[in-house]
Amino acid sequence: MSRSRDLLLAIALGTALAVPSLAGERPIGRVPTPEEIARWDIDVRPDGQGLPPGRGTASEGEEIYLARCASCHGEFGEAVGRWPQLVGGQNSLTWDEPIKTVTSYWPYATTVFDYIKRAMPFGDAQSLSDDEIYAITAFLLASDGIISQDFEVNAETLPKIVMPNAQGFIDDPRPDVPAGEPCMTNCVAEVRITGHARAIGVTPDEKSRPATD
Amino acid sequence: MKEAKGEPRGRAALDRRTLLAAGGAAGAALAGRVAGASEATIPEELPDWSRYLGPGVDDEPYGKPSKYEAHVIRRNVEWLTASTESSINFTPLPWLNGIITPNGVFFERHHGGRAEIDPAQHRLLIHGLVEKPLVFTMEDIKRLPCEDRIYFLECAANGGMEWRGAQLNGCQFVRGMIGCAQWTGVRLKTLLDRTGLKPNAKWVLAEGADASALTRSFPIEKALDDAFIAYGQNGEALRPGQGYPLRLILPGWEANMSVKWLRRIEVGDAPWYTRWETSKYTDLLPSGKAYKFTWVQEANSVITWPAPEIKIDGPGEYMIRGLAWSGRGRIVRVDLTFDGGKNWVTAPLQEPILPKALTRFYYPWRWDGSSTILASRAIDETGYVQPTIVQLRNARGRNSIYHNNAIITWLVNSTGEVENVQVA
Ligand code: HEC
Repeated sequence: MSRSRDLLLAIALGTALAVPSLAGERPIGRVPTPEEIARWDIDVRPDGQGLPPGRGTASEGEEIYLARCASCHGEFGEAVGRWPQLVGGQNSLTWDEPIKTVTSYWPYATTVFDYIKRAMPFGDAQSLSDDEIYAITAFLLASDGIISQDFEVNAETLPKIVMPNAQGFIDDPRPDVPAGEPCMTNCVAEVRITGHARAIGVTPDEKSRPATD
Repeated sequence: MKEAKGEPRGRAALDRRTLLAAGGAAGAALAGRVAGASEATIPEELPDWSRYLGPGVDDEPYGKPSKYEAHVIRRNVEWLTASTESSINFTPLPWLNGIITPNGVFFERHHGGRAEIDPAQHRLLIHGLVEKPLVFTMEDIKRLPCEDRIYFLECAANGGMEWRGAQLNGCQFVRGMIGCAQWTGVRLKTLLDRTGLKPNAKWVLAEGADASALTRSFPIEKALDDAFIAYGQNGEALRPGQGYPLRLILPGWEANMSVKWLRRIEVGDAPWYTRWETSKYTDLLPSGKAYKFTWVQEANSVITWPAPEIKIDGPGEYMIRGLAWSGRGRIVRVDLTFDGGKNWVTAPLQEPILPKALTRFYYPWRWDGSSTILASRAIDETGYVQPTIVQLRNARGRNSIYHNNAIITWLVNSTGEVENVQVA
């Protein structure tokens, strides 16, 4: 969010804020130029603050997605091996094994743009143009019908897209377990062992560790 | 009690065997006891290290632990993730002492691999709703008023594999996403005092310089309270895996927020809802709704000795060792049970007892060789009592992944083997 007007104001105010210093003293920190800030300031908020100019549609995004993303996330976002699945899992959040994806779980479409821009493709971060990111974002959202194939995603339209799970999050209510002085004697009638880790057999390296210490 | 390689040998060993055969060694009388180097006999022959010179002082400019401690290492659970660059390793808790985690075995969780940053090129930018944006070099930051602070850092997913049942048979794996260090650095407030804040400054975004450019939002109150920016870890510079040359520390809160390789702080008037506070680090409930902004790491504890990694070598006197911690402040009490939770006794706490730091408890124990169900329960200064897994499941189901601080139970069987179990 380069707010260059705010920034100019800040610089003007800055002189007043500075700790009094002797002539010739080395300052601690310097005031960056708006161009410097813009180089790193890539974050995007749900209200659209921080979205750059540019545009893209799902049809345009498909080709880029197949070239840059599908090797890990699958041609349809269904995931290859254990790489993350990106789409699908609609209405699965109440299932015994929920499938949390961009389209089933993420509350805001802006986060998709923000995250792809900063971190994907994995191992070649920040290598996509803003148009490419808009197009891939559109491709992922259109995969599950959140938008249509030719819907143009841009700084105006992206924040207005309502994600299926937009209302899915509540503020942390913890502590959410019984409070009060804990029991010290005769707390349970009978202790039942309900699970043994050894029976599951998924612990790595169990044999290479020393048996005793 | 680890059996040293190459020992016993020579005449001393022979003599010992003769003695054992005659039933003369007291220890050998105990059932299941293996005679060996753990017997406190004095060998007749002088060991090599008492006769020949050891290496000189040039041998090891940066020292390493003894070669006999080679098992005290971080371990990864390979099946958890697709790549080690976006994965986690675990602190080897059963073999550690005290409350400070050695830097070389402090757990690591990366989202884009371990960045190797040249400190001369590292910058910290502070901007957004501030009166004066500033960019700092590492040298600038080290000129500012500094402090030493002891805090734990715990991944929100610590214990995450145990929601559905006892799964991993190791103390390292069920509670090892934690470490505690003495951090050296500056308060975030010290930096924000220099930039000033606009009246509508309500939220802060922290961003890393690694290949995931990890970002988290947190309220300005935390920024002005105990938020800390560290460049030192246990007397030396931060390790690369801990964010060298600079990381954020939000004491008591899930460690994902303590952004490593910190390069940018932006002040705003609303949260950003980054991928790490929506897709991840939210706690899904059976209703399909999820808790968001679940920052604090609630009171927790674990017995680190005995543990599934360590077989108890026969009945007798031992010290139960353990760790307790709370993101809300100090630990005030730790209770232990030997019968799976029917009855509890209070264990003494070892000083120092610091807020938002690991606290040690030790308890002398005489094991009679019978099957025992051991567990610990922590209580913090807010009166919060570490819950059972049943209580946690009642509140949140089995799919919330994060913040499983349930009581951990070890079943010690009559052969001295220890297993991670769950009880009801
Ligand atoms: C080399 C494999 C690889 C490639 C190629 C790749 N990704 Fe990823 N992607 C990952 C990994 C690994 C993660 C999880 C990273 C983490 O743990 O933080 C991820 C996470 C994601 C997520 C977040 C998933 C979630 O549920 O939180 C999105 C969205 C995403 N990738 C989109 C993309 C897009 C778009 C591209 C192409 C431009 C792409 N990825 C290319 C490996 C890959």
